[in-house]
Amino acid sequence: MTSAPGQLPYTLPPELLIDTDVARRLIGEFIRGHLRQTGFERVVLGLSGGVDSALVAYLVAEAIGAGKLLCVLLPYRTSAAESAADAQEVVQLVGCPSRTIEITAIVDGYFETALGGESAAGQPDRGRVGNFAARARMAVLYDQSVTWRGLVAGTGNKTEALLGYTTIYGDNASAFNPIGDLYKSQVRQLAADMGVPAAILRKAPSADLWPGQTDEGELGLSYAEMDRLLYWMVDRRRTDGQLVEMGFAQALISRVQHLAAASEYKRQTPPVAKLTTRTPGVDYLYPRRRPV
Amino acid sequence: MTRIHVGLAQIAPRLGAVGENLGEHRRLIDEARAKGIDLLVFPELGLTGYLLQDLNSEVAMRRDDQRLVELARVAGEMSVVVGFVEESDEHQLFIAAALLEGGSISHVYRKAYLPNYGLFDERRFFGAGSVLRAVDSRLGARVGLCICEDFWHLPVPYLLALDGAQLLINISSSPGRDIARAVEDQLGTAQSWRTLMRAYAQLTTSFVIFVNRVGVEEAVTFWGGSQVISPAGDVLCAAPLLESGLFEVEIDLDDVRRERVALPLLRDERPDFVLRQLERLVREQAGNETADEQ
Repeated sequence: MTSAPGQLPYTLPPELLIDTDVARRLIGEFIRGHLRQTGFERVVLGLSGGVDSALVAYLVAEAIGAGKLLCVLLPYRTSAAESAADAQEVVQLVGCPSRTIEITAIVDGYFETALGGESAAGQPDRGRVGNFAARARMAVLYDQSVTWRGLVAGTGNKTEALLGYTTIYGDNASAFNPIGDLYKSQVRQLAADMGVPAAILRKAPSADLWPGQTDEGELGLSYAEMDRLLYWMVDRRRTDGQLVEMGFAQALISRVQHLAAASEYKRQTPPVAKLTTRTPGVDYLYPRRRPV
Repeated sequence: MTRIHVGLAQIAPRLGAVGENLGEHRRLIDEARAKGIDLLVFPELGLTGYLLQDLNSEVAMRRDDQRLVELARVAGEMSVVVGFVEESDEHQLFIAAALLEGGSISHVYRKAYLPNYGLFDERRFFGAGSVLRAVDSRLGARVGLCICEDFWHLPVPYLLALDGAQLLINISSSPGRDIARAVEDQLGTAQSWRTLMRAYAQLTTSFVIFVNRVGVEEAVTFWGGSQVISPAGDVLCAAPLLESGLFEVEIDLDDVRRERVALPLLRDERPDFVLRQLERLVREQAGNETADEQ
């Protein structure tokens, strides 16, 4: 089922429109190819109720069959109830196995232990809790991947990766990521094309780390704006002056450039001190999987 | 023989698994023989996989490697083009293509243009070949072998055609990218390749035979879409995107004659003129003299 972009309740910048048929085929090949190389047959992912993880669930199910996908719902006590309901609807529509694992005890247990008496002085700040929750989800998913005997699929998109709007070793950790080269607008376009429920497409994107949080609210920018700017800046290599001529505000350009530059480390593996003649990641370079 | 039955082996090699890839080559050679194929073409690095990095030396073969010799023996009377990593006497590593004919290795070509930009890092791991020549084949046609990026450099089809090639064979490991809706031909990469291959066929009045691999390595998915294009620029065979398989087409060498009689572009080429301009450009750009100073 295909929805025309015009019917969607948000803007899809025309220069970002993709050929969704080709995207589905390439991503399907990528998913199957990656599993073949690694010797796995199954995939596990964290399903939040948002459009990114919903899309990855659809793509994985299309590529390898819903029976080989495990969706894990990982709510925290402050997570919106509608997130769980939307995630359940995706599970139903995709027809894959699922389970729900609350991370409240893990997260609150940690802060109780770590803060001890200090906690009387006040709650840990919500950013800390949010990041810890993201890493707790990652830890649970990697543990579930053992019993499920599957790879953890990443569900982060290109917009949040470039802006550093991710938790390092949290939501940005995965074995492979089928949608990490798609901007949010392109995720929406592909999700609409694959039949992801309208309610999920319509709601404001949120990391759901605390009540009322929205990505666009926190970043102070709309995805349509950010995506267009990132596309012309990153993919089409336009200079500041050229971007201003195109109508982008200098303040927006500077802010996006700052976010991208300040988060470079989140997109790379950590440096290893070079001491010997051959160092992993520096001059010992192999593909991730090779014949053993 | 004026008609040649061509087979395009659009395969997905396993990275670093030479034994497994040799087995797949043998299987397809057998299948091609059963179908009466005269010329069977495999993709770039079909025996090794593409993103080798430091596996390059581990999968390298001398050109008299017993495994290649045996593959040539299996090919027998069929002409077969295979892609591998060649280790020279000096232990330099090259991305290479071998023409197997009459049960032996009749020609080895080393990739001359190694891409080192964007997602490519070939010059770190390989040396660049320095000889480009067309060779006679048992097919009754002269053949010009080249590899992937070579076709993004105008001198390659030009020199091969001047050297008498009637079949320009390009073997590739081209990663698919650019899924913009504005692209007319599915993938940006495919559209660019198809445009330039058609131009080469027409400008050199030669057949273009393009075999691109499929499959996934690391982040990239190779797009396939192998093609055979006539000297008039007609697409005679277009393998599907992303799917592996053995695709076949029969070509008629008389098409080369007909096209070249009707459109004698090669006759009117002026290599002496080109050479003089090249000599001047090389001299000027070496910094010895400039046009202004003359």
